[in-house]
Amino acid sequence: MAGFFHDNLSYFLSGISVGGQYALIAIGYTMVYGILRLINFAHGDVFMCAGLVMVYFSSSFPFTISIPLVIIATVLLGFFIERVAYRPLRSAPRMSVMISAIGVSYLLQNAALYFTGGLAKVYPSIPFLSDTVVIWDATTKMVTLVTPFLTIALVIVLTLLIKHTKTGMAMRAVSRDFETSQLMGIKINSVISMTFVIGSLLAAVASLLYFTNYASVTPTSGSMPGLKAFVAAVFGGIGSIPGAVIGGFIIGICENIIRGGSSIFNIPGTGWTTFSDAFTFAFLIVILVVKPTGLFGEKAVDKV
Amino acid sequence: MKRILLMVLVVLAVLLPLSAGGSGEKENTVRIGVFEPASGDNGAGGKQETLGIQYAQSLTPTVDINGTTYNVELVLADNESSNDRAATAASMLVNEDVSVVLGSYGSAVSIAGSDIFRAAGVPVIGVTCTNPQITEGNTHYFRICFLDPFQGTVLADYAYNTLGARTAYCLAKLGDDYSSGLVNYFVEEFERLGGKCIMETFPDGNSDFTSYIANARNSGAEVFFSPTSTEAAQLIIDQSSSQGLPIPILAGDTWDSNVILQAAKGKDVDITVTTFYPEGADPEFDNGFKAWVNAEPARLANNGGDDTVAAVTAMGFDAYNFALQAIRNAGSSDPADVMAAIWDTEIDGVTGHIALEPVNGDAIRNTVYVKHCNTETGAWDALPAVVVGE
Repeated sequence: MAGFFHDNLSYFLSGISVGGQYALIAIGYTMVYGILRLINFAHGDVFMCAGLVMVYFSSSFPFTISIPLVIIATVLLGFFIERVAYRPLRSAPRMSVMISAIGVSYLLQNAALYFTGGLAKVYPSIPFLSDTVVIWDATTKMVTLVTPFLTIALVIVLTLLIKHTKTGMAMRAVSRDFETSQLMGIKINSVISMTFVIGSLLAAVASLLYFTNYASVTPTSGSMPGLKAFVAAVFGGIGSIPGAVIGGFIIGICENIIRGGSSIFNIPGTGWTTFSDAFTFAFLIVILVVKPTGLFGEKAVDKV
Repeated sequence: MKRILLMVLVVLAVLLPLSAGGSGEKENTVRIGVFEPASGDNGAGGKQETLGIQYAQSLTPTVDINGTTYNVELVLADNESSNDRAATAASMLVNEDVSVVLGSYGSAVSIAGSDIFRAAGVPVIGVTCTNPQITEGNTHYFRICFLDPFQGTVLADYAYNTLGARTAYCLAKLGDDYSSGLVNYFVEEFERLGGKCIMETFPDGNSDFTSYIANARNSGAEVFFSPTSTEAAQLIIDQSSSQGLPIPILAGDTWDSNVILQAAKGKDVDITVTTFYPEGADPEFDNGFKAWVNAEPARLANNGGDDTVAAVTAMGFDAYNFALQAIRNAGSSDPADVMAAIWDTEIDGVTGHIALEPVNGDAIRNTVYVKHCNTETGAWDALPAVVVGE
């Protein structure tokens, strides 16, 4: 057993690390859905913008300044998107808000295309995070080790915030019943803004971790991780934070195990890598058929 | 208020296309279409190829047809490295009444756009698209570079005989005609020589190559062959360095780009590529191009931020001059006349003598240049060129 883990450690390591990054993005999807019943399609592109902003900031500031600046800029971006594109549509049909989200997504992608000129930007290598480490004969970057711990730490902080602060209580109330909580005197706009701020903050952290590992940012870099994170959120039961985290880890680990399939299970064949995404999504279908609300979907109390 | 805003928007939406289409026909102008990606996976390479064409145009901005001097105008169309956008870009060029089209970087988009050009009767000169299907069975698509069967064979020979590898790990992008085609020819030759190949593919939009690199290591391969786009290449180089992949990486002409050099600088990787033109082979062209690129920040940015001369730039330069020679030979700027004249056009370009064979209209080439990436200086070291059939 130990030998099996030893031989295939690099697959598990990259699965856990990319899973943690999906989890951080998935929280953004799931929180916004929990409160607004809106699938924020622009979230993956906010993640991409955080990556691009880092590329530009790091060329003029040292990392100690550029990293906080990136996080602040991403939070502001998320805040303004909600303010400009979603808030005016608060009373509009849900479909209109969703179309607006798709519009924002394309706007961000095309703006990025304009600023980068369509070329891939090389992500700066952040000291410490991009150092190479050897664990049990598997060589990898420090970020691979940091990601799962940082993800879990952030989730614990977030859970404490939701369970034990006034804002958190307001968030839970809003996610339970939008209108009633408004009648009870909760300032619904500030609660929603707070949700977007938290979601964007986590997306910024995820982008720091993700692009340190996969060091190239293009205007479409956000779409695939965004899609997978959305799948992770649905997988865990959309609206549930623990569900999004567990979903993120499961999707990340699954796709890497499938890619290494012929080596891990000792079954020769070249189809493994070709269909890795197909397997992941087929797995999602199976889970949803068995449990239509996702893994944690039914526990309505845990919504945000 | 809202209604007025809406009205203004509608009026603008109606007027914009009208004003854009209003440019009048100019006298004494020959139009050459540039069908290249400026964004997407192959954006970096496409821009460098376009730079070569633009540099050539800056040196030779006019062409004499039957004693009359015509100005040459380049019409740029971005095919976005995407098969479904390629058709749109091709139609746009056809509508602009171009006499001949140059491009594209990337075989898949060339194949995707080919039918539009055929239907319109516009000749196309492939600059660096190496997949044989592009020119096979048609009379409108030509090409001035070598082909993948040739390149794949040379690479396989190099891996087997020079590197001494007996097992090769080959990675192609799913649904990409260039990388899967080149991998196939490589595998064919490598197995004929007695080697063993492991072939895998990665899906579009993938940026996590760690598992593929782990597969390569676990399979016991002695060489990693991955003729992917430069965008995937950056990720492969970075991740194989951080994973400590101990085997050499081998790739085709797309990797001959300063994007690769920048990604590999200071990393622990061993990269060898085959290509069309080694920097330094024609000092006059190199120096002229460098001065031209450094003259404008926008050109420098399109060349990837430094003044390295990419092989595709030299090929773009030759393609432009080849097209002008064809127009001169045709004695007309009519696409049909140009198409007929291309078959017998010959020039001495910076990448060597260019003449086409009479069946598919492919260039007759027998030399492949080999380069090795120097990770300390971030430059290419030339290895002995491979000449086949001499």
